[in-house]
Amino acid sequence: MNAERQFRRAGARAAADAARQDFLRAGLAGYGHAAAGARRRFADWSAARDRCQEVKAEALAHLDAYLLRFEERVVARGGHVFWAETAAAARDYILGVARRHGARRVIKSKSMVSEEVRLTPALEAAGIATVETDLGEFIVQLRREPPFHIVTPAMHLRRGEIAALFQRELGAPPGADSAEELAGAARRALRDQFLAAEMGITGANFLIAEEGLVAITENEGNARLCSSLPRVHVVLTGLEKVLPRLADLGLFWPVLAAAGTGQPITCYNSLIGGPRQPEERDGPEEFHVVLLDNGRSALLADRERRDTLACIRCGACLNVCPVFHTIGGHAYGATYSGPIGAVLMPQLGGLERFGHLAFASSLCGACTEACPVKIDLHRHLIRNRRDAVAAGRGRRREGWAVRAWAWLAADPRRYQRAGAVLRRLLRVRRVLPGEGGMLDPLRPWTRARALPAPPAESFREWWRRRTAAPPARDSHD
Amino acid sequence: MIRVALFIPCFVDQLAPTIGQAAVRVLERAGCTVEFPEAQTCCGQPAFSTGHWREARALAERFVRVFAAAEAVVCPSGSCAATARRAFALLDDGDAAWRRDAAALAPRVFEFSEFLVRRLRLTDVGAFFPHRVAYHDACHLLRELGVRDEPRQLLREVRGLELVEMEEPEECCGFGGAFAVALPAISAALGRRKAANVERAQAEFVTTGDPSCLLHIGGVLARQRARARAIHLAEILAAERRPGAAPARP
Repeated sequence: MNAERQFRRAGARAAADAARQDFLRAGLAGYGHAAAGARRRFADWSAARDRCQEVKAEALAHLDAYLLRFEERVVARGGHVFWAETAAAARDYILGVARRHGARRVIKSKSMVSEEVRLTPALEAAGIATVETDLGEFIVQLRREPPFHIVTPAMHLRRGEIAALFQRELGAPPGADSAEELAGAARRALRDQFLAAEMGITGANFLIAEEGLVAITENEGNARLCSSLPRVHVVLTGLEKVLPRLADLGLFWPVLAAAGTGQPITCYNSLIGGPRQPEERDGPEEFHVVLLDNGRSALLADRERRDTLACIRCGACLNVCPVFHTIGGHAYGATYSGPIGAVLMPQLGGLERFGHLAFASSLCGACTEACPVKIDLHRHLIRNRRDAVAAGRGRRREGWAVRAWAWLAADPRRYQRAGAVLRRLLRVRRVLPGEGGMLDPLRPWTRARALPAPPAESFREWWRRRTAAPPARDSHD
Repeated sequence: MIRVALFIPCFVDQLAPTIGQAAVRVLERAGCTVEFPEAQTCCGQPAFSTGHWREARALAERFVRVFAAAEAVVCPSGSCAATARRAFALLDDGDAAWRRDAAALAPRVFEFSEFLVRRLRLTDVGAFFPHRVAYHDACHLLRELGVRDEPRQLLREVRGLELVEMEEPEECCGFGGAFAVALPAISAALGRRKAANVERAQAEFVTTGDPSCLLHIGGVLARQRARARAIHLAEILAAERRPGAAPARP
């Protein structure tokens, strides 16, 4: 309940700020245009989506076998694979690795799973300095706030705000506010961190089962540094990120880039299979992959919602969502925001805590249309609503109203009488002063929207009158 | 001659009957025999989309029973037509007989503009409406039923009508059923954005095939005392040049 109240308050506050929405939309529209352009470069975008859906469905149908195959290949190269059932298990394992190596400084590339398991606070609490090296994540870390968007974490900030932040936190010179100067300031601050860290943590975009490879997609090259400079590299990832074969990347790399940022392909795509091999000169001495479950195998068992695990975290559903456009990412109060967040969070964090998010949607379906792996997003929102109702939400006012309506509509005569009463009440209400004011019982509607006068006659009354006396109709045609 | 069983959504029946009346006039002018089975009530969409699937199923069963024998069910609401065509099958509870019944009816359910253009192959219905009109792509018409061009084709054939495209025609207006009153601040912010796009296009009217969007957009426009008004596609198509009269002024 509390999370819901917070959400309503944050949502209403954001919805009232039209200037902020314009800024947010301008940014998201930029991705939208780029994504449309990138989709046009595909000979057949719709066929690409179908194929992506099929490949992910196959990967999920045999997830157990594929994960074991992945593990076998990684272990054969001297890597370690840890199966973490819960967020706490993932955190504890990574803390253990860090302690064993006496790591005091950790560098991290962007990973939403690390947000999901609250990894950085755990490392910091253990006295291990942890630095985000993706520029956007670096910025929000300096601001001590969570990422605003799963792909573009600092998109809510204007350049001037970032300049002021860098001046305050990094001692950047005042007036240095061009994109080049800001990137330069971050680069200088991060360079020493890259060189000093004993451990690097990255996420994974895909796990290639057949070859036992971790695929990492990025635009800045920081993940490459995180995975190759420190002595230890830990990959933290959800266990659903599997693709069966290396060849599948030929489809998924361009699809991810097109759907997410609208690029033909992302700037850096790395494939990592284990620690430094005897014949190699670079790379970490130790390599760990942490496969996080945290509710995912329950989703896998849920036939209705299994396709949710096909998500490649491209952010396309956020970019097209009218609710996200209006309230932004922080208002959700959840690791994953937007449509995929509203679908996923109740499964990962509990229906009680996150069930309300499914109701924060107009069900317009833009998310489903944009999803490159064809997750049935807006219908999953309705399914989550169904489950929230079954779990007790139906006892609220809205539930009683819907059930009362359904009872009335179960019988045409009852329905008709109720309609006549409703119209009469609406007419009476119109003579009362203060439409949309504090005393208006219909204020949730009328505060921002007028309500037209109810007609004296319903359609069916008109129909009956007309069929009783037919000759007058449309005499001129 | 096609016999049309008209489905009038509950809130059109009670709050916006002129939309239903206009649909009847256009369909009859197009040569259809229009019937209105009086046992109909509500398709169950409000229950379905708020998660009350048991109640939705009962109303869906009533709908299927009432329209089982219909040659074509036509509905002047994209979201209600989409409920009957696409959502009913989801309410199956593993019940194969129900799935069969719902699937048997689905291809005979049409949204109004879709029925005229796809089924009757008609784009000129002889309407006269000398105004500047913007078409809003109602979400369920566009994304559930795949109706994008049909309403525009119909509008282009209307005498005197100037069809304009507003910005972001495919962005949701923010109505969303219960969402409109459950999260009114977000819903209204989207409504104001849609209204602003209508105004920027200097349209006198904004139209679509979904009455609920129009109630919302029209309500925002009226509250803002905007010049533009919301009108249902059927009402535009029903408007005619009266012999010897001055041009229609709605």
